[in-house]
Amino acid sequence: MLWIRYVCVQLNRATVLWTNEKGDTTMIKEVNNSVSVDDLKKFKEEVLHKYPKKVAKKRDKAILLNDPETPPQIQANVRTVPGIITQRGCTYAGCKGVVLGPTRDIINITHGPIGCGFYSWLTRRNQTKPETETDENFMMYCFSTDMQDSNIVFGGEEKLKQAIREAYELFHPKAIAIFSTCPVGLIGDDVHRVARHMKEEIGDGINIFGFSCEGYRGVSQSAGHHIANNGLFKNLIGRDDEKRGDLKYRVNLLGEYNIGGDAFELERVFEKCGINLIATFSGNSTIQKFENAHTADLNMVMCHRSINYVAEMMETAFGIPWIKVQPIGADSTAKMLRKIGQYFGDQELIDKIEEVIADEMVAVTAAREKALKKTNGKKAMLFVGGSRAHHYQNLFEELGMTTLSAGYEFGHRDDYEGRVVIPTIQIDADSRNIEEITVTKDETRYNPRKTEEELKALEAEGMEFNGYEGLMPQMAKGTLVIDDLSHYEMEKLIELYKPDVFCAGIKEKFCVQKMGVPLKQLHSYDYGGPYAGFKGAINFYEDIEMIACTTIWKELKAPWESETYVEAQYAY
Amino acid sequence: MQKAESIKQKVMPSGDTFASSCNACKQCTPLGACIAFKGLEGVLPMLHGSQGCATYIRRYLISHFREPVDIASSNFSEETTIFGGNKNFNTGIDNIITQYHPRVIAIASTCLSETIGEDVQRLIFEYQKTHNAMPDLPVMIFASTPSYQGTHSEGFHEAVFAAVKTLAESSGPVGDHINLFSNMISPEDIRHLKEIVEDFSIPVVLFPDYSDTLDNTSWDSYRRIPDGGTTVDELKKSAQAYASVELGYILNSGGMNGRIKDNGTKQSAGEFLKGKFDVPLVRTGLPIGILESDKFFEALSSISGKEIPMKYQRQRGRLVDLYIDGHKYVSDKRAVIYGEEDLVVALAAFAAEIGIKPVLCASGGESGKLAGTLREVLGSNYYEDMVVGQGMSFERMEEVMQELKPDLMIGNSKGYYIARKMDIPIVRTGFPIHDRLGAQHAHVLGYEGTMILFEQIVNTLLDDKQRKSPIGYKYM
Repeated sequence: MLWIRYVCVQLNRATVLWTNEKGDTTMIKEVNNSVSVDDLKKFKEEVLHKYPKKVAKKRDKAILLNDPETPPQIQANVRTVPGIITQRGCTYAGCKGVVLGPTRDIINITHGPIGCGFYSWLTRRNQTKPETETDENFMMYCFSTDMQDSNIVFGGEEKLKQAIREAYELFHPKAIAIFSTCPVGLIGDDVHRVARHMKEEIGDGINIFGFSCEGYRGVSQSAGHHIANNGLFKNLIGRDDEKRGDLKYRVNLLGEYNIGGDAFELERVFEKCGINLIATFSGNSTIQKFENAHTADLNMVMCHRSINYVAEMMETAFGIPWIKVQPIGADSTAKMLRKIGQYFGDQELIDKIEEVIADEMVAVTAAREKALKKTNGKKAMLFVGGSRAHHYQNLFEELGMTTLSAGYEFGHRDDYEGRVVIPTIQIDADSRNIEEITVTKDETRYNPRKTEEELKALEAEGMEFNGYEGLMPQMAKGTLVIDDLSHYEMEKLIELYKPDVFCAGIKEKFCVQKMGVPLKQLHSYDYGGPYAGFKGAINFYEDIEMIACTTIWKELKAPWESETYVEAQYAY
Repeated sequence: MQKAESIKQKVMPSGDTFASSCNACKQCTPLGACIAFKGLEGVLPMLHGSQGCATYIRRYLISHFREPVDIASSNFSEETTIFGGNKNFNTGIDNIITQYHPRVIAIASTCLSETIGEDVQRLIFEYQKTHNAMPDLPVMIFASTPSYQGTHSEGFHEAVFAAVKTLAESSGPVGDHINLFSNMISPEDIRHLKEIVEDFSIPVVLFPDYSDTLDNTSWDSYRRIPDGGTTVDELKKSAQAYASVELGYILNSGGMNGRIKDNGTKQSAGEFLKGKFDVPLVRTGLPIGILESDKFFEALSSISGKEIPMKYQRQRGRLVDLYIDGHKYVSDKRAVIYGEEDLVVALAAFAAEIGIKPVLCASGGESGKLAGTLREVLGSNYYEDMVVGQGMSFERMEEVMQELKPDLMIGNSKGYYIARKMDIPIVRTGFPIHDRLGAQHAHVLGYEGTMILFEQIVNTLLDDKQRKSPIGYKYM
């Protein structure tokens, strides 16, 4: 009997049909996916019954079907259950690795045994570009006190002091930051006292400060971000009042870490528009830029989770309003630029911005149309970071792709449901042990950039200040929102829905790809990028077209193993 | 800071001259333990401590092996840190069992749990006592790996020792098999070791065997715990082997370094079996190069009483022939060798026998045995001007290298920045390699592996020469 296989493609649904010589057709299996909202409902039952009762109860609150109109309350920023393999990192990683890591002229000393320092040594692919060849750049160094047994027993403060002396003798840096790891908190080394002591001992105008960012302190890296934000504000921001460069259109970009050169692309776009970028926190940054940041007139928050504290503090102390921006995706980059134009309200700037957008969109549109032919209708899932799972949906929308499910590793409720819920967030023990610093108006330098009336007028025109609506309002009704996705849940997601692209990090990459689904790393961009701004969008279109439409998965089975292998001649 | 002359004339004193470390040449102890644990069949490793440790170690191992590496954590919070990890430990184990059904749960401690003095053996004992009615209760193994004692290399061998100590039981007469305890080698090299013992027709308990778990095929459906690995039953009978072969001279004997009091309790798996079950122990180095490979093959031959298979005699012959073909390209070249101590010893022995001068042998490890072992193993090939640096960081290495003017670096990816700065070529081997594809397939052991490594070194040197030549030779 001769069986003929053909594939019938209709309405995004591909079905393998087998037809025998009499013309009887049998459906062998459905390939590809057209997942409906009803299908997504199954996920929760499928997953929860595997967990012990208490765990199931806890996870139940972190797995939701979305409603963009009235976002349901999600459980976020609570401890991961032990034994569940999580995507999350630790407080130290958020503080040293994420926020302070990308600044090139601070020497970052990890106070602890060797592992933590080593694993955060250039692994986040933050790029930096010293302006001259002689400019300081310490990012390729990994300083650690490399604590040994005797330091744990007798204390590591002396070793830390010695490490600071050595770092100073070697490099004469302007600033040294000390990061505490787990055992440091336990044995009670006081890194802040050491910092003060060494600042006095060395003199020379050096700035030395410590961070109590022991790994066990918070729920995830998010605690480390908060600690880093406090440190930035206490020790760096506002130390240099000189207004440099152009006095018009002065802005800061907060929560951009220059992975794969994202900051370079955004710097290019700002420069082209004539917008004066004072400081980026902290991609391609220097100490001086932080110290000078309070001379800007607008703060733009990109990664809300990791840096909103600095934005709030600068507003309180110096009167700089902040807006949420998403320069990921060409359309949302254009939106960000238009917001800046609107804020400054200067026709010359507004015209320039429109000119730049029109100019940039030529190449963007061409690239998008090319990619769209293949990517349209495909499905994506994103589980990454504290804002990336939101921002990258813009790019997928531009590619005609639907996000079936998304969630953060270390987001809080406000990152999902919007800042309106902040007053209702319960403060638990894990948040309480992070220092809250009280910021007041700076007596001499507080200068509201816009009057109440001006702000009201801008709000009436549709601008939103000090607000973030969160991820849920952007996602379609019935899509799955999952906080702190566990490894096990991830496998289930793939098994049930086989998305065309899954976005996460390197820890997830090879598991997902073993299941025949391509994974795009949105922490390191799979060593590509940039993905921000206009040129970044083009890069992303090309990369996604390439990975979401690859045919390599067909080769998973050798021809002799495949059910579609026909050992006969084709006859029609 | 020492002057060039004084650097050249003596073996450097123990450790860095600095109190701190800048660009360390070692990773932390639990990382090594996780690699070794992945060599057990049906295992899920768990780190008892903060979740960051598991996350960092996973991301680091994954970028080297390019395979899923699942490691659970007991996720310490501040509360756990103060009141102890008992509750987290039990919840962690419960969850691992329900989600993964592992045959083995291998637990390594971290600096956090060690500093607060967690008694993990006790926690295991109590868990097993309260759950003794549970069907298929996984076997639990514990290795003590505080990261302020030793390096990842010690962590690896500590985990090997812990697994053998927990599982080995004497329940019968001496068997017809041997134990082969390997070192931090690639999955490909593990496969080669298996091939060798198989060709000798010696039944073997090879541990740790992560040749499948860390270098797997593509699947069409996901397996929560990958197949492969040394089984619990195999390790149980390791006590009945008629001999143990250990690859490496230093192993975890440096595990005491950094400790305030060396109470001499560190043992390797082979030493433990010898002490407790009278299993004779043969120790050779990592079989890289002709002389060290000869030792390994001769050891297998003499303990089994079998001839070295013709296949390997032919391989040896071809390797000698290759040395003859390639000697002119490598002779008198000055190389810097760095990495784990046992690897450094093996690579130095290999370099010395092909006429490369190992001008600097450096390791982040501080067993105190590197210099002595090098002298002993290299014997008459010992290069008298060799600088031996233990407890070295890359920054210190660079400083010494500026004086020594080497032609070549042999070691892991982390040294690349020095090679780039000094414009010398680098041959990547060891751990970690994350700027080249195929770390899991790096094959350097045995005559066959040495052939590959030798060719790689020669070709790297030739490539460098070609690249820098103004003429552009294409016939060299």
